[in-house]
Parts: sequence; C-alpha cells; structure tokens
Amino acid sequence: MSVLAYLIPISLILGTVGLAAFFYTVRSNQYDDPEGDSRRILSDEWDDKPKP
Amino acid sequence: MTAQLRPSLAACPACVAAPHDSSDQAPADARLALSLPGIHCQACISAVERALNAHPGIHSARVNLTLKRALIEAEPELRAADLIPLLESIGYEAHELDLAALAATQNDKIGRDLLMRLAVAFFASMNVMLLSISVWSGASDATRDMFHWISAAITFPAIVFSAQPFFANAWTALRVKRLNMDVPIVLALVLALATSLWETFLSGEHAYFDAALTLTFFLLAGRYLDYRTRAAARSAAEELAALEVPRAIRLLDGDEYEVPVADLAIGDLILVRPGGRMPVDGEIVAGQSELDRSLLTGETLPVFAEPGLAVSAGEVNLTGPLTIRATAVGEDTSLHRMTDLVAIAESGRSRYTSLADSAAKLYAPGVHILSALAFAGWYLYTFDIRTALNIAAAVLIITCPCALGLAVPAVTTAASGRLFKKGMLIKHATALERLAEVDTVVFDKTGTLTAGTPEVTNLGDHARADLEIALALAEGSSHPLSVALTRAAREAGIRPAGVQDITEVPGYGAEGLFRGRTVRLGRAAWVGAEQGSQTAAWLDSGAGAAKPFLFTDALRPGAAEAVQALKQTGKEVLLISGDTTGAVEDLAQRLGITKWVAEALPADKSARVQMLADQGKKVLMVGDGLNDTAALAAAHVSVSPASALDAARVASDIVLLGQDLSPIAEACGVAQKATRRIRENFRIATLYNVVAVPLAIAGLATPLIAALAMSTSSITVSLNALRLR
Repeated sequence: MSVLAYLIPISLILGTVGLAAFFYTVRSNQYDDPEGDSRRILSDEWDDKPKP
Repeated sequence: MTAQLRPSLAACPACVAAPHDSSDQAPADARLALSLPGIHCQACISAVERALNAHPGIHSARVNLTLKRALIEAEPELRAADLIPLLESIGYEAHELDLAALAATQNDKIGRDLLMRLAVAFFASMNVMLLSISVWSGASDATRDMFHWISAAITFPAIVFSAQPFFANAWTALRVKRLNMDVPIVLALVLALATSLWETFLSGEHAYFDAALTLTFFLLAGRYLDYRTRAAARSAAEELAALEVPRAIRLLDGDEYEVPVADLAIGDLILVRPGGRMPVDGEIVAGQSELDRSLLTGETLPVFAEPGLAVSAGEVNLTGPLTIRATAVGEDTSLHRMTDLVAIAESGRSRYTSLADSAAKLYAPGVHILSALAFAGWYLYTFDIRTALNIAAAVLIITCPCALGLAVPAVTTAASGRLFKKGMLIKHATALERLAEVDTVVFDKTGTLTAGTPEVTNLGDHARADLEIALALAEGSSHPLSVALTRAAREAGIRPAGVQDITEVPGYGAEGLFRGRTVRLGRAAWVGAEQGSQTAAWLDSGAGAAKPFLFTDALRPGAAEAVQALKQTGKEVLLISGDTTGAVEDLAQRLGITKWVAEALPADKSARVQMLADQGKKVLMVGDGLNDTAALAAAHVSVSPASALDAARVASDIVLLGQDLSPIAEACGVAQKATRRIRENFRIATLYNVVAVPLAIAGLATPLIAALAMSTSSITVSLNALRLR
C-alpha cells in the first residue's frame, strides 16, 4: 500500500497542472471564437512559421 | 501627441512627423469593429484579414467567426467608412459597429468567473470521487481515514472558491428574511461538510465530501448554461444597437463636422441628409423635404416639411437636405421621455413568478421541515446527536435541488438555441414561459405586419403614355414612392418617355419638359389635386386633370402565414394601429383579422393592452415603433422586429432577427413544448426524491446511494431537455 504515498500526490499534481492549463486558456481569450478557430486550421497561412 | 495640436508645428507636417515617430511611446490606436454578416468559412476569414491587413494604416485585424465580426486596430485617423467599400469590393457586406455599445460583451467577466468555478468544482469532485470509490469498494481502517482526510483537504478550499455564488445569493435572500433555492443548497453544503469532518475525526464510515462537490458542480453547470443563453442573446441585442452608430453632422460657420450625437447641444445647427434620421428634437430652419413619421406615430403618409416645422428625434428625412436647430438633446428628447413610460409598465412584468421560483417556494421550506423532522425523530429515538445529525445531513443532500437547478436552464438553453436558428432572439429569462401562456396576439400595422415599403395598386388604370412619363420622372428620385413606382413600371415592361430637364423639387416631387409641356409627378397640392385618404403620387401630364398613382404598404414576408397559424392554434388576433381607418381596414381584410382599431394614440395602445390583461387575457404584443413601446412593455410578452426603433427593441422580450414574421407562430409552439419539458423535469426530479428520501429518513442512505441518485437524476433531466432540439 505504500505505493499510494506516491500515486495520490502524483494524481493530484497532474490534475492541478490540467486545471492551471485551463485557467491559462480562459484568461488568454482562447474560447472567444471557437467557430473561427476550428476553421483556421484549414488555412495554409503561417504553416511554415508562427505568426509573429 | 499634444505636439501635433500646436498650430506652429501643425503648419509643417514634416516637422511633426520626424521627431514624432521616434518618441511615440504610446500610439493611441483607434479600435474599430465591423459586423460581417456574410462570412461563413475559412476562405472568408483569410480574404477579409488579408484585405484589411494590407490596407495602409491598419496595425492588426482579426476576424471572429463566432460573432461574425472583425476587430481592427488602426491609426487614429482611419475611419470605418473607408474600410466598408474595401470589403464590399471583395464581396463581403460590412457594417460599422459602435464599440461603446459593445463594450459590455467585450469583457465577459461574470461568464469567465463562473467557468473557472465550474472547472475547480469539476477537478476537485473527480479527485475526491476517485478516493470515494476506493472507500466504497472496501478500503477500511487507516486507509479509509487517510482517504477521508485527503478528500477533506481537497473539498474545503474547492467549496470555498466554487460555491461562492450560492453563498452570496443565500445571504442576500436571508438578509431580507426570505427563502430562495440557494438557502437549502448552502445549508446542505455546510451541514454535509460539518458532519463529514466530524465523522472523519471519529474514524466514521460515511463521509459526504464527494456529494458536496458533485452537487456544486451540477448546480454550477446549470447556472453557467443559464448565463450563456442570456449572454448570447444580450450580445446579439447589443450588436443590433451598435449597428446604429450615433453620429450627426453639425454645421459651424458653414463647415460640416461629423460629431457624436452625445456632443450635440441645444441651439446647434444640424444637417440631416435625405435618408437620415433626426438625431435630436428641433425646428427646421432651412430646406424643404418630406418626413416619414411612421416609427413614431404609425402613419404611413409622409409629412411635408418646411422651415418652422418642429421635428422629433427618430423621424426620417426623405427627399431634400434639411438644416435643423436643436431644441432638446439627449435625455430631454421625446424619444427618451417615452422610455419613462416603459419603465413604469416594466414594473408590472417583474411581478411574474417563473416556474423555477414557484418550485423553489414549495421546495425550500419543505426540505428544511423534512430534514428537521428527521433530526428530531432520530434524536428522540436514539438520544445520539451524531446519528441524528448524520441522517439530517443525508436527507438534505439527497433532496438537494441538483436536478431542479438543471431542470429550467437545460430546457431554456435548448429552446433558445432552436429559436435562434429560426431567427428569434430570446432576451428575457422568463420570456419563453410567458410566451407559452399567450392566448391573444396584438399586432401593430406599419413596419410590423407591413414591410414599410409602398407598392403601387392601380398601375393598370393608367394609359401607357402616362406611365412612360411617370417612369421617366420617378426614375431619378430616391423617394420611396418613386422607387416603388419605378420598380412596378419596369416589371410591367414600360420604357421611360424622353422627358427633358428633369429636376427634383424637395418636398414636392419631380418635374420636367415633355414635348414642350411641363409634366409633374408629386404631391396632390402641387399638381392641383385633392389629397385623398390613401397614399398617392399624382401625375400631371400637361393634358387633362392630374391622375393619382395609389400605393399600399407591402406585406412583410410571412405576415399572412403568421396570422393564419396563430388563428389556427385558437389564439385571438387583433390589429391596433396609429394609421388612418381606411388603411387599417384594408390590411385587416387582406389578412382576415376581424378585430381592428385605427388612429390609436400610444396611450390608447397600452390602455387597450392593459384592458385585455384585466380581462384575464395573456397578451402577446408585436410592434416596432415608438408609439408601441408602452404597449410592448405593458403586454404579457412582446416581440419586435430587428428593424424596430432601439427603444422598442429594448422594451420587448423577443427580437425577430430576419424579415420573416412566420417564426412567431412556431415560437409559441416551441415555448409550450419547453414549458411542458420543464414540468416533466420537475416531475422526474420529484420522483427521484420520492424514492430516495424514505431511504435517507430510515437511515439506510449511504454516500454511494446519494451519489447515484444525484447523478442519474441530473443526467435524465438534461437528456429530457435535449429532446427539444
């Protein structure tokens, strides 16, 4: 059962990382245009290098 | 930036530009917003962004496909008017949006806040559920205690953060000594946490940490859905308002300056071009024209305008440029005074109790009594506070209104989404429930049942030669009657006669020379005829008496179908208009409406709606003008078309986005279905309680049963709501 001492903290940390990532995406306006974002992947603009 | 304003420097543009570029630390970028109703795919996004970004003076442009908008950051002197032709040249319709009116939706703080709380509740409940499942599947002794302690450590901070909206709502209700849905929620949360912590201290078997968290998660999901539906409607309504950019042309020493309407002062001279709307109340000082007052009074006949005539904000100038002197601006205009009437009527509507409220009124005291009885009964039976408190907590948690909290928002979200696709915008939270009860429909005429565009009725009564002259005269004018006449004559295959020297006389009509005779097309008095009751343009062909072209207002698409469908579902349809008796009677007969009232003043309209309400009728009012605003607000529920005046749209619960009126009848059906689903959902939620509560009171409920009852009832309620789509 001592394996729990590692597994529980690991599962909590991983969950927190996911939560933090979600917070970051909300704060940086990434859900403002879901429709447009799903279409933008079809564009070949900025395929070679990211938009400056 | 201030250096630019100094006259000595501004005289030499190069001197300003040179040092300016290097020192410009904070360039005051102008932010512009364009509405692009026609974009729908990736190619559109790329084309628009490429065109805008290539335009000199634009720093960055980004298209938002969800909102069908482009946001542009550009040099301060760039105007949206310069960009609209650019986009139109590549095939996209564009309109300027007033950013000030959009500001509220730009920064969606409340929505984000709710989303964050929802995420935290989800994260915490999943982690705690993982530990709880281990406990339920047999973890015991020290392991179980450790799992309970870890759960407590996750649950407490998560609840303190996530459940804040419930705490705040419950506190505001309790402070004024009232009960709402949030009071039992908060009580259940607090009691569950307290007893679970106590049990954990005593190495007890049952802890309800997971129940408290899933409860918070489901309830927050309901709140978020509810909020999203209303935010979407609000942002679309704001976009409608933002399309009318409030600008006016002020005349100062003979020069024209474009200024925001808010900056106008009493005594200012304002130029109103043909087709423009009066920005303020005033008096005409120069120019001759005709005014369309239909939005304010409902009359379709244009009014002759000459110096000395008083005009009110909202009237539309038809033919010639007018200069007016402002007599009342901003809050004092007649347009704004009308909104006071609306505010009075509005207070009547807020008395409506929604289904959710009436459910809460029954439910909140019921649960409290039940749980208190369970506590008292078990205490008297066992004289053990711990058992009694545990059972009271279990009763509260199991009865907690998870499904009730989802029952209404899940259905309204589905129904609003379906109606939005049909072009209807549900602005008010309880509008759907009120719409379902409607048994009487009152229509306004001008601009609501009719499209506001005239149609010629007696083209066949005229000789071909006369028609040719009339077409020649009408072609050059942008007056609505001329445009209608031109269209009708062209469709009939008429070719214009060779009329020479055609001039438009603002306010009167058009005249020209044909075979040496003066020919005229215009107002009755101008060609020496008697004005009848119907809208008419008179033709003086230089030989014989003047002949009238009679016009009637074209029906709005779907008007006949909407009236027909409403009557078929057994609703009473009425027509109340401010227009003349003849015009109203004619339209009522065309649509088969038997009850109609003509020449109604704004106060008459709202009085009549009030009278119907006093007779116990649930009135749906459909109207668009300023004269309808009070009636719209007084009605049980109200609809206005997107072309309506801002004040009318604000006063109504539902806005029709398209031209078509036929969705109104369908909306009534959807609303009835939605209300039925809400009631069904309440019944489902109650059924779960009927099964689970006796178990809880008998002391047989375990955290596993609580979790099962809560999740299944919430999921069935959501699935039931989805059947509406």
